[in-house]
Amino acid sequence: MLDFPRWKVWLIGIVIAIGVLLSIPTLIAKSPLAGQWPKWLPDYTISWGLDLAGGSHLLMEADTPDLQKQRLQGMQDSVETELRHDPAIQFGDMSTAGGKLSFLVRDPTQVDATVERMRNLTKPVALTGNRDWDVQVVDSTRVVLSPTASGTADAMKQAMSVARDVVRRRIDPTGTKEITVQTEGNNRVLVEVPGVENPEALKKLIGQTARLEFKLVDLSANPADVKAGRAPPGSEVLPMADGTGAIAVKRRVMVSGDQISKAQQSFDENGRPDIALTFDSAGARRFGRATQENVGKPFAIILDGKVLSYPVIEGPILGGSASINGNFTVQSANDLAVSLNSGKLPVKLNFIEERTISAELGKDSIHKGAIASVVSVIAVIIFMLVTYGRFGVYATIALIVNAFLILGIMALFNATLTLPGIAGFILTIGAAVDANVLINERIREEIRRGRRLIDAVETGYHEAFRAIFDANVTHVISASIMAYFGSGPVRGFAVVLLIGVVTSVFTAVYFTRMLVALWIRRARPRELHI
Amino acid sequence: MKLLKLVPEGTNLDFMRWRTVALVISTLLTIASISYTVYRGLNLGIDFVGGELVRVEFAQPVPTDQIRGQVDALCGCEAGITTLGNDRTYQIRLPKPAGPQSASDAMVSKLRVVIPQEHPGARVDSGEAVSGKVSEELADSSALAIALAMLGIAVYIWFRFEWQFGVGALLTLAHDISMTLGFFAFTQLPVDLNVVAAFLTILGYSLNDTVVIYDRIREDLRKYRRMAILPLINVSLNETLARTVVTSITVLIALGILLLIGPEVIRGLAIAIFLGVLIGTYSSIYISAPVLVWLGVKPDSFLRTEDKDSAQPETA
Repeated sequence: MLDFPRWKVWLIGIVIAIGVLLSIPTLIAKSPLAGQWPKWLPDYTISWGLDLAGGSHLLMEADTPDLQKQRLQGMQDSVETELRHDPAIQFGDMSTAGGKLSFLVRDPTQVDATVERMRNLTKPVALTGNRDWDVQVVDSTRVVLSPTASGTADAMKQAMSVARDVVRRRIDPTGTKEITVQTEGNNRVLVEVPGVENPEALKKLIGQTARLEFKLVDLSANPADVKAGRAPPGSEVLPMADGTGAIAVKRRVMVSGDQISKAQQSFDENGRPDIALTFDSAGARRFGRATQENVGKPFAIILDGKVLSYPVIEGPILGGSASINGNFTVQSANDLAVSLNSGKLPVKLNFIEERTISAELGKDSIHKGAIASVVSVIAVIIFMLVTYGRFGVYATIALIVNAFLILGIMALFNATLTLPGIAGFILTIGAAVDANVLINERIREEIRRGRRLIDAVETGYHEAFRAIFDANVTHVISASIMAYFGSGPVRGFAVVLLIGVVTSVFTAVYFTRMLVALWIRRARPRELHI
Repeated sequence: MKLLKLVPEGTNLDFMRWRTVALVISTLLTIASISYTVYRGLNLGIDFVGGELVRVEFAQPVPTDQIRGQVDALCGCEAGITTLGNDRTYQIRLPKPAGPQSASDAMVSKLRVVIPQEHPGARVDSGEAVSGKVSEELADSSALAIALAMLGIAVYIWFRFEWQFGVGALLTLAHDISMTLGFFAFTQLPVDLNVVAAFLTILGYSLNDTVVIYDRIREDLRKYRRMAILPLINVSLNETLARTVVTSITVLIALGILLLIGPEVIRGLAIAIFLGVLIGTYSSIYISAPVLVWLGVKPDSFLRTEDKDSAQPETA
């Protein structure tokens, strides 16, 4: 017991010094001292959870049917282009019913050649050994392309990674804000923006797919058919964005938003907000050619499947710039410009969870949480002192050191402190004392049994440790499960519990043992007052 | 200075004398808790059933009926309105809309606009919307987490002690969880994600107590080989009683303060853990320990097999 080598004392002292040092930047973060912290010292701080700092937490899920529809449409375009290259293949009755693309090959001798061409359109999916589409022949002349599960999953994965970047660019075009944008699971994006109290603007900004397309209006369509939602072959019926009916447009895209190099909110000649677009060189060529070939015809400007407007092409537009109108306000035109600049979302995102906390509520929680923490630490300390005297003092020192260590380690890993985390902190204080209670009660017991002082202390620490260890393992098990399954705030609670388990074993067992050993060595007490 | 000794020296309570009575009461209470929970149901928060929750702080007191009228007219539904502590802070709960999630967003969004218009100076402090899909997942993963934690802890105890101890731990945990559930069903306090965190903490804490007692029983089994199991458990319980009392009081002090002056957002969590600590302390004495007797733990349970042959079967 008295055998406590100097290097161990130093080691424990250094660990504690580092812990305290690491915790200071967090403690002074909100005070005027914050700027005075020397630059050469480590400057780690904990992050505040949204429930304390205030802010918005938005969870979005990709619209899987939308992605499937897009893939199907993309495939249809490639198939049509591919088959037009080969005049020998005559095809018809193309359909996308049931999520599959199928068509008839008129000349039965060409079926094999067609299938060969279709196979070449499919791509292998990495790591799976499957291709992204299945090509089959049904009833000897109908070729059917169906998306495979691994193909869909792969497309979703790629779409999500693009979506994450697009969302980030939209919220934070300059890349300077402290926001979290990450993919969750297979088809979700989580956005956390501190300090935002009204997420509506944010939601408008990221909720818009911003798929901009220019298509020719199909003038051959029968108005009665359009009303009933039927379009001639090669065309489709799209609703107007302002809800004033629908029009038929050609399926073929003249130019798409992908070919825009810059979008900017501006005003038209009547002073109404519009958006000025600049195409990239390929886009400018396409737009120039399309307008040249279709002078006098109306073309539709389509955003996310809705027609904004369909002006008549008055003359070829060759300069590579255009402007779009559509009953915008300055704000909505600005949002759309940001969205167009950041690129379109590869798939529509739906909001499935939203949590927004105001900074005031957060401040109130921090304030009450801090007071409760301080009061409970003081109450526990008083209880320890009246129960265990000198050993209570040691337990108290251990408790305070423990609090610094928890903060320091959290700061080191830049962990997030949430409101339940504060509760976890208080609980850890209560539970950390348990180790000292176990030890001290055991020492009392051993003294009652007539052991000599040093022997009693030694046995107390030794025998109590088994139970302390096992009890802490059970805490680790439940806290790890919480950390794994829990979301945001609950995970913050688990993190504090986990760190607290480790630090409290260190402070309550090793650190107090050192204090006791040093005291016995120095004072050589004859009896123990415990 | 005279030190505080909550449990006087030489305390020797005959805990096991009441074990049958305690068992009957515990079993009845557990059954009552489970059946009441099933019958009445828990007041599940939007985390688990979906819906919207808006917290508003008004500049001056506003009657509940006035808010109810305004909100109901706005959403065309029946909103749940509760005050939080005073007549200026209200929590408005709206059901999950039948349609797509975008509809549900619209309600929170509308309230954010309308409330400050109708009540100058009012502030929307928090707005949450959870879709049916997310809430189902949260409910599933919470249930899974609690079940996994129970199993994981029981398996660890089995591994560190003997199988009887593992079973005892599992029964103790099941008891604690069903009693706490019963409490939440009875009081209809809202159950949200924080309460699930509390349940997981109760599991860890309750076992903390049980482990301390089991550790002592194991030690005493090795020490007093000739003692019968019942008196031996009594000895172990009395030896650890001082620690049980002091630790429980410490944790209850810390939590009690959190409950009284802490932020009300985590009140549910604090109540659950406070209660769990009380139940856990009781169950570690009257569930964990007697189970060992019924499962036939004997003084030679911790001897290796070759030692068992030489150990004499003794009755004391």
